[in-house]
Amino acid sequence: MASEHAEHAEPNYFAIMVILTILTIIEIIIPQVISGKLTAGTLLVSLAVVKAVIVALYFMHLRYERTLLGVIAMTPMVICVFLIVMLLPDLTASTKTYTPPEQPVVSETVQH
Amino acid sequence: MSEAVIDAHVHVKQPAESPVTPESWGKLGMWVFLAGDAMSFGGLLAGYGSIRASSPDWPNPLQTLGIQLTAFMTFLLIVSSFTMVKALSAAKHNDLAGFRKFMLLTILGGTVFLGLQAYEWTHLTHEGMTMSGNPWGAPLFGTTFYVLTGFHGCHVFSGVVYLSCVLWTGIGGRFTGDNASPVEIVGLYWHFVDLVWILVFTFVYLL
Repeated sequence: MASEHAEHAEPNYFAIMVILTILTIIEIIIPQVISGKLTAGTLLVSLAVVKAVIVALYFMHLRYERTLLGVIAMTPMVICVFLIVMLLPDLTASTKTYTPPEQPVVSETVQH
Repeated sequence: MSEAVIDAHVHVKQPAESPVTPESWGKLGMWVFLAGDAMSFGGLLAGYGSIRASSPDWPNPLQTLGIQLTAFMTFLLIVSSFTMVKALSAAKHNDLAGFRKFMLLTILGGTVFLGLQAYEWTHLTHEGMTMSGNPWGAPLFGTTFYVLTGFHGCHVFSGVVYLSCVLWTGIGGRFTGDNASPVEIVGLYWHFVDLVWILVFTFVYLL
């Protein structure tokens, strides 16, 4: 079966492993160097997405597959973005009105 | 039994060629399963994110969870993904010894990962972090941590069992050359587990 289809050249897997390792080391350094929560967070999420895409494209060979398979692989990402957008209104509402709960006054003497 | 009947049994043809993955239907099946599985993880991560965003007393994971061990676990999964593609490559090139060696290394990587995760969980439990509470702040910190890493750990465990089955079946050379499709399919699953860990590592430990 496989011989009927054009075989793609094998990517340099070792180089991809090295790139992923270097990106992981950068990820670990970022929180210690950058103090800004938003800047560090944006960088970390971007790096994680880049790493995930590298794994999908080269280790899972998505780069060499037909477009329709890529569409199947992308579907959960689109649905997850939709889920997050749907969750956002609830989230901002709850954080705006949030007040720490009052500690209930536990009277141990009642039980005696 | 006549020779023709045996011949018909040996050359069982699949009903039709899969339009998306011409190599095999199994590969398409695995991709569709992984798309569904990705939504499970996506739901858990989105839930984790919304719980965390609405908890003002969320503990700092960098100070409470410890990063060195987890960083090594991440490296371990990346290396085991590398040995997995090498196993597939060896199988395709009729290199049976290479297939056995790299499959065994991949299984070893997954097993060590599970052992380290068990060690980490034991350590955190001793520090007082449980499903229902922890000494540092929001109780749901522990809940989301154990659910997310536990769900991923179940996937690693299933992956180790699945990889062992493929190695056991193919140890005599059944999956070499043009018959390497089952190795490719188990590889897809294993890389997906690696991919999810990259996201879990970032969202749970680093952010």
